[in-house]
Amino acid sequence: MAHEIEAIQDPGIPPHVHRKADTDPVAAKQAERQVAILFLLSAFGTILFIVSYIAIPDDIFVFIPVMGSTNAHQLFLGLGLAFSLFFIGMGAIHWAKTLMPDTEVTVQRHEFRSAEEDRDELVKTAKEGAAAAGLGRRSLIKRSLGLSLGLVGLSPLLLLRDLGPLPGDSLTKTSWKAGTRLVTDPGERPIKPEDLEVGAVAQVLPAMLPGQDHRTLANIGKDAVLLIRLRPEEFNLDAERLSWTHEGIIAFSKICSHMGCAVALYEQQTKHLLCPCHQSTFDVTRAAKVLFGPAARPLPQLALALDSEGYLVAKQPFNEPVGPSFWERSS
Amino acid sequence: MTARERIAGNVANYVDERTGAAAWMKKNLNKVFPDHWSFLLGEIALYSFIILLLSGTFLTFWFDPSQREVVYEGSYQPLSGLKMSAAYASTLHISFEVRGGLLMRQIHHWAALFFMVAIVVHLLRVYFTGAFRKPREFNWIIGVGLLTLGIVEGFLGYSLPDDLLSGTGIRIAEAIIQAVPVVGTYLAFFAFGGAFPGEAFIPRIFTVHVLLLPGIFLALITVHLMLVWYQKHTQYPGPGRTEKNVVGYPLFPVYMAKAGGFFFVVFGVTTFIAAVASINPIWLYGPYTPGQISAGSQPDWYMGWLDGLVRMAPPLETYLFGYTISWNILIPGLIIPGLMFTGLALYPFIESWITGDKREHHLLDRPRNVPNRTATGAMALTFTLVALINGGNDIIAQQFDLSINQIMWFSRIGIIVLPPIAFVVTKRICISLQRADRELVLHGKETGRLVRLAHGEFIEVHEELTPEKKWLLTSHEQSGPLELPEIDKAGVRRTDAIRNKIRSRMSVANAEVAPKVSAQDLKEIEHH
Repeated sequence: MAHEIEAIQDPGIPPHVHRKADTDPVAAKQAERQVAILFLLSAFGTILFIVSYIAIPDDIFVFIPVMGSTNAHQLFLGLGLAFSLFFIGMGAIHWAKTLMPDTEVTVQRHEFRSAEEDRDELVKTAKEGAAAAGLGRRSLIKRSLGLSLGLVGLSPLLLLRDLGPLPGDSLTKTSWKAGTRLVTDPGERPIKPEDLEVGAVAQVLPAMLPGQDHRTLANIGKDAVLLIRLRPEEFNLDAERLSWTHEGIIAFSKICSHMGCAVALYEQQTKHLLCPCHQSTFDVTRAAKVLFGPAARPLPQLALALDSEGYLVAKQPFNEPVGPSFWERSS
Repeated sequence: MTARERIAGNVANYVDERTGAAAWMKKNLNKVFPDHWSFLLGEIALYSFIILLLSGTFLTFWFDPSQREVVYEGSYQPLSGLKMSAAYASTLHISFEVRGGLLMRQIHHWAALFFMVAIVVHLLRVYFTGAFRKPREFNWIIGVGLLTLGIVEGFLGYSLPDDLLSGTGIRIAEAIIQAVPVVGTYLAFFAFGGAFPGEAFIPRIFTVHVLLLPGIFLALITVHLMLVWYQKHTQYPGPGRTEKNVVGYPLFPVYMAKAGGFFFVVFGVTTFIAAVASINPIWLYGPYTPGQISAGSQPDWYMGWLDGLVRMAPPLETYLFGYTISWNILIPGLIIPGLMFTGLALYPFIESWITGDKREHHLLDRPRNVPNRTATGAMALTFTLVALINGGNDIIAQQFDLSINQIMWFSRIGIIVLPPIAFVVTKRICISLQRADRELVLHGKETGRLVRLAHGEFIEVHEELTPEKKWLLTSHEQSGPLELPEIDKAGVRRTDAIRNKIRSRMSVANAEVAPKVSAQDLKEIEHH
């Protein structure tokens, strides 16, 4: 055996294998019937949809395994629509796969690059056009056009100015003033220390000003405060921060110092506050020091005092901005 | 001539005399498309987009994009009498009073999830098979643009109902805007029309969600498809397929029936899932108020990796001259995603710089035959997956009885350590698979049949591969590394020596393969 061995060659497209329906009229007829059945199933789906829309009341619930209890009206509307769409598709695909031609066709690709003379022609045209317009020579026009094009974009930008007011000191101020009563949310009731048992936690807001009948969400977003009562000896605070508590009651801004979510999860055993958004964890006993997670600052602490009637009030406004950081924040 | 033929002829004549469309139609009805299941992924994305347009239009008939405060008086008793925004109240109305409204909401939400899944999987297919190479770089960039816009569009969409969960998402978005140095506070106040949450944001993002972004989508998708049409589809290698031809089936009638049918299948499956599987049950979350939150707050999956990055960021802030820079938000929220998307968009150019390959490619690669690219993809995927897992760390902690801190530390270390490991392992696997291919071509397939020879030796019978299979396993190109000497011909050290060295190193790494079967190999085996 002395034949020449070469690298493996392309054997070319394998010969076409006919489907049964191509050669056997009985099989073709059968395929046609299958396609028709699929289309009829779609029609059945539409009928199911119409019947469900008219006949199934929307207060009946049915149980689907795994998915749980589901509204029967919506469920059967959905099933009807799903059937009607799905089987049109299956019918068309089955038709294409069994009865439409399946011989592979080969066509040649063309090169994308334009012919050399066309490219040269284009360069010539572009150069001539530019020369005719004097782009190269008339630098005064070129520069002034550049200037005006650069400036024209400013107008629409300027128009966006009225999208909102300037921030001003809005991010640094809350509704808490010296003497503002703490009230429950919801309920708007003022709070006495004895309302709160040791271990309890409550969400509070500043009492509304006389004449105010409404809170905006923007206010709640800065004013929300968590009130937590521990045993006083459990605190590990410096003298100033300790003086901001009252009989073991300590108050923190509820708005996370990381990205502003509500720090709503309080773990009574460990005395940790946890933000459910990004899991920043704060230690209540140490003035909401960050123990874990991405928050870089403790939650601002609100200084507490009692007013003449024995209700809890703010001793002073927050001593730092609440909520997420921003550029102008000074610490 | 039958009556039907006459009418069709008259219509065609009418149109052609006014547009000259016949010549174009003649050519394009016979357009050939190659067949492969993975070419359907982009189609799923396209069809999901159409489903989104249809179901979204339906929803706008009842949705009231307003943050005006109303008192709920609808049929869902648990929220009766509660104050809420008109946006939330109208979403409840669609869910409970409009017949088929809940179904449409669920179709819309599921279709959005499938849209993003289809885009990402389509992108992976294009990446791992090298379909982005010349001349298709423009389409790759358009695709990356569509992915980015899809994420934004999806986020805006699920923010519209103004429930407690979506409001929390907006709160986080606001904090990211606010963290931008110098102008962040101003940007946030302009976007929200004042302090968060205000009453302007939802009407504004509604316009962006239903008009601006869908318009851009439509334009980009049109260009994307026109380029696919004009450049002709890529094809997988195989017998009879070359860089110069397309082997497949004609558009009319086969692909019209298949693709048209597939649209209905995608719509049908989406509807089925929307009918049986509840998604985003906003009535359980309650209306948004900044003072409350639900445990287990999670974004949709395509935002999950971003949230995971934010969660694992170290608590870093810099205070300088009375100003604050929040690295803990900027790095995971803007800088890393920015680098990721830029890298993704530039990848075709980076690869062609490394390989020095400026030729057109219409035959797809088998991922194993391009180990470096495949390994780079695995590395990027691993990075994103670790971030995504960390985005669900609270849920995972609960389900598997772990502490959040453990998962967070796993992610913080894993996101740095695991991607390089994935790179090395994937590259080795690719090269092993190449070796396995080589064995197959040289020695054939193991049949499992043991034969005892006359002299007592046992051998396993190997069956020779078909010529088609042999061709498939050997038809790929293997070109060596670029030759980039540090000293040029004149004996002078090149000015761009460092860049040159990097390129040279990467090129060498890129050319590391198991050599494919050559004529020499076949000769040797013949002599055996």
